[in-house]
Formats: sequence, structure tokens, C-alpha cells
Amino acid sequence: MANTNFEKYKSDGSLQGNLLEWVDARFPATAMWKGHLSEYYAPKNFNFWYFFGSLALLVLVIQIVTGIFLVMHYKPDAALNADGVPVAFASVEYIMRDVPWGWVIRYMHSTGASAFFIVVYLHMFRGMMYGSYRKPRELTWLFGVGIFLCLMGEAFFGYLLPWGQMSFWGAQVIVNLFSAIPLIGDPLSIWLRGDFVIGDATLNRFFSFHVIAFPLVIIGLIAAHILALHETGSNNPDGVEIKAKKNDKGIPLDGIPFHPYYTVKDIVGVVVFLMAFSAIMFFAPEGGGYFLEYNNFYPADPLKTPSHIAPVWYFTPYYSILRAMVWPIFGLDAKFWGVVAMGASVVIFAFLPWLDRSPVKSIRYRGPIYKTFLTLFVISFFILGYLGTQAPSYWGEKISQLCSLIYFGFFLLMPWYSKIDKYRPAPDRVTM
Amino acid sequence: MSNECKVDCGRRRLVAATAAVGGVGALAALVPFVSSLLPSERAKAAGAPVEVDISKLESGQMMTVEWRGKPVWIINRTKDMLETLPKLDGEMADPKSEKKMQPDYAKNETRSIKPEIMVVVGICTHLGCSPSSKFKKGAEEGMAADWMGGFLCPCHGSTFDFAGRVYKSKPAPDNLEVPPHYYMAEGRILIGEDKKGA
Repeated sequence: MANTNFEKYKSDGSLQGNLLEWVDARFPATAMWKGHLSEYYAPKNFNFWYFFGSLALLVLVIQIVTGIFLVMHYKPDAALNADGVPVAFASVEYIMRDVPWGWVIRYMHSTGASAFFIVVYLHMFRGMMYGSYRKPRELTWLFGVGIFLCLMGEAFFGYLLPWGQMSFWGAQVIVNLFSAIPLIGDPLSIWLRGDFVIGDATLNRFFSFHVIAFPLVIIGLIAAHILALHETGSNNPDGVEIKAKKNDKGIPLDGIPFHPYYTVKDIVGVVVFLMAFSAIMFFAPEGGGYFLEYNNFYPADPLKTPSHIAPVWYFTPYYSILRAMVWPIFGLDAKFWGVVAMGASVVIFAFLPWLDRSPVKSIRYRGPIYKTFLTLFVISFFILGYLGTQAPSYWGEKISQLCSLIYFGFFLLMPWYSKIDKYRPAPDRVTM
Repeated sequence: MSNECKVDCGRRRLVAATAAVGGVGALAALVPFVSSLLPSERAKAAGAPVEVDISKLESGQMMTVEWRGKPVWIINRTKDMLETLPKLDGEMADPKSEKKMQPDYAKNETRSIKPEIMVVVGICTHLGCSPSSKFKKGAEEGMAADWMGGFLCPCHGSTFDFAGRVYKSKPAPDNLEVPPHYYMAEGRILIGEDKKGA
């Protein structure tokens, strides 16, 4: 072989060894294995919160595999069949009732959607607690925000596909949000729908986005997210850079190889996760009306909005923020500002690396002001989420306005409060 | 250009020019993809006017017909319902129907051609949900005690009176849309077209 490949694997003469040597001379198999697993040194003090990245990856695999099989039976067609039921709606019922084991595959996919958001929200919260977004991991964080945005799009497009009442009216409301943009709003929403109303054209393009466009982008962003992470190395609950203290071989003193240490640890997380996942899937796939909304068991009816509509739980905090904006400002409708506030509430996460001015990363060494703000933020997030599932009301509106204020205050006041807050100096080495 | 041109500067410029022309070509290639998302010719052609027989619509009743995929309500308003309209002027965002949410022949007190017959698109001007009818006065249907009857949008709580006018300080910015329509004969309405020659 060419002398550029001296660094590669040397066979011990066994069949396996010869094969690996052959592959390694042509593809960086051993190099990738070492770089990302067996010689990727992760901090030794990872705790409970570090399960959720690998769990998100697991849920992604579940969604892709179940999705592939669902597409084999699902039909994106809004036309009515001989029984007067939309073909798309009927094909989901067909999967549930007539396809052998189809109900399991579909419940895995619908439970997987909610599970995805649960693990991603916990994963993001971990990053916020331990300052994982701070220098030098800004790009890892930005790719993550990109994944989160795409995941929201993916979930939204997928939710239209069963073509039930909530699918239809949810899409109607969200697409009409874009019509609130001055001047270009109306043509834009027609362009998004491909028709003047939500219809077959909309269903077909959402299907295309859901099964092809967004999964491809999400997979690409996840690759970028992991590559960026492995370039800088992982953060940890102490927010200490383990690469600052290395032994004479250049290995971080507080680092342990990801494989086998964290692969084995993550398997424990996977087992516990799959227990909870299976319990929901088999015993409560509707999640009390939060994972699968009951109104979605009625086929889409463009003439009648259900008396109570709410988005699926993972969108409700942002939906509450949308509803909280009721004042016209600068001559523009309240509707427009609601859309702006809702968009901002998601995108604002991207600015965290530059809003945080604390001298320490981890919540362990931060002062009471940051801890108070983070606690209030989490409480607001939950209250907004709850209110988003409820019908509009006077007090609901007032409380969601207060919570929206706290939500944005957490981010926008951070440059000041993170700077003046007390802190304890972070240690040189990780603590256990 | 830097003065230390290590490569042939003329070639550099050619490369830049080629890239620019190629970029324009790539942008032009976007046109068919972006345009393909617009409503198709078939979607544009759909939406023919709908003829409705309202001769059996009793006073106080409401019917819903589909026009261009949207619900259109036809309400035969009682005298009682009509009497609520002038009383509510002060609570309406656009009491005189100044905004162009209706054809000129419906820009009047009752927002209709015939005072009792209301024809209106049943789609909230906020985010496109279809409001529910709350015709009974007072709190009986879950509304406020001083409710005069009308419509409530279940999505974001906008309220409308019996002429489809929106109440002040609600998320919906405009009154409900009155579609173009005319009476073909007594008891027959064509929705989707203005009267020819009118």
C-alpha cells in the first residue's frame, strides 16, 4: 500500500485483522472508531442529565424505522373515499385495524414524537444548567437550536398527515400565522398551502417535507452537532475544561474513553427509557389526550372547528406566548406581534452563548440571582405549557402575559444579572 | 486585488466571473421549484359560485354551505337579533364596516342585502378557525352575563355580533367577511358572484 497509510491498522495475520487492514487502507474505519468512541475522552463526572443526548439519537432511529414502515400503508390523499371518509384518515385507521401489527408501529411513531420532545427538552435544560452553550461550544449549541427548529417543523408537518380535525385546524391556524406578516403575508400563506385553503395540495407537500426534506436536514444537523462537540470535547456538570489538564500522553486527566464507559452507562439509560416508552405505548398511547388528541379521531371537516382546539403539548408554551400578545403596536395587528413573540421565544435560545456573561459555566458555582431566574423560567415554561392546552380565559391571558415576561426576561436580562451575580470560582479539576 | 498576485490575475477574474454566471444560473433553477408550490391551475379554477335555497330557513335558524372550501353561514335573523346591533356599536372594533370586509351593497347597519338574511364567511379573521354560534343571550352558553348573542371563536376567544362584527380588544382584527352574493330569485342566493350589471 501507499506509504501515506503507515498510521493505519496493522494486521496480526488473522482473517479479521487482514480484513480490517484492507478496509483501513481504503476507509478511515479504525480512525473514526477511535476518534469518536474508543479514544474520545469524555469527562468522568457525567451524571443523570447526560443520558438525553444518546436517547434523542435512539428516538430518531425509532422514528425513522417506524416511519419507513408507516409510509408503506399510509396515503396522503384528502379526497373522500366511497364511504365519505378522507382517504388519508381512512389509511391511518387501516394501519390501526387491518395491517398486521400496524397499531404497534403507529403507536411507536406517535409516542416517539412526544418522547423526542421530552428528551430534547431535558437535553436542552442540561445545556442551560451547566453552561454547555458557552465558549468554545457555541457552534454545537447553534447546530442544536437548528435541530430543535427542524424538529418542530417535522412534528408540525407530521401532525397534518392523519387528516383529523386537530390536524386540519392546527395546520389552518399555524399557516395563517404567516398571513399576519405585513404586505407579503397573504401571498406567502397561499404559497405555503398551495391552495386558498388547507387541502390536498397542503397534505401532499407536508407529507413530502415530513418524510424526506426535514429528516434529511435533521440528520445532517445532528452529524454537524456531534462533529462540533467532538472537536471541542464535552462539557460537564462542573463546567471545567478537562483538556486544560492532560497527562504526558496528551489524554485529559479527568477524561475516560466514551467507549466502553459511556456506551455501557447509556445502555442503562436506554433500558429505563424503553421501559417507560413501552408502558406508554402499550397502556396509554393517547397520553391522556396529550400525545394523541381525541378530536383527531374525527376526520377533518373544513366547515366546523372543534369547540376546543389546542396544539400538541410540546408546542403549547409557545402557543400561550402567541395568545398573550393582545395589543396592536406601531399600527400593526396584535396578531402580527403574537407571531413575532412566538418566533422569538424559540429562536432566542440561539443567543444564549452571547447573553451569558457569568465568569463560571455551571449552575454549581453560580449565585442566587441566576438560580432564581432559571427556576422562574422553568416554572413559567410549565405554566405557559399548561395554559396553552386550556381554552382562552381572562385570567389565563393575564397569567400567560406575566409568564411570557419572565420567559423573555430570563434571556434578555441575562447580560446584566449573570454579570453582577455572586459566584464561587470553579475548581481546576472535576469533582465527582 | 492584492498587489502580490501569486496566480495569474486574469484567470482569477475569469474564475470569479464564471462562478457569478453559474450562481445566476443556479438561482434561475430555483424558479420552477419555488413556483411549483403555488396553487395549481386546477386549484385556481375551483371555487365556482354556489347556489343555495334558503326558502326553508326559518327565522332564527342558521345554515352552513361550503364555498371555496370555506364555511359560509346564512342566518335568518330574528327581529330581536337585529335590535341588538345598534346597541353594540360602542363595543365594536369597526361598527360602521369601514374596512373592506364586505361588498359595497352589504356596507350597511346589518351588513346584508336583506336586513334579516346574513350571509357571511364563517372563518375568524384572526387565524382562520370557524367560530361557534352562541345565540342565546346571557351566560347560558358559557358567555358573560351581558352577552347579547353572536359568535365565539373557540381558538383564541374573539367574539362577533349577529352581523359578524368583531368586538374591540380581541385577537381578530377585522369583521367577518361577507362574500359576494345576490338573490337569483326569492329564496335563492348565489354565493361567490356579484349581481351582473350591478
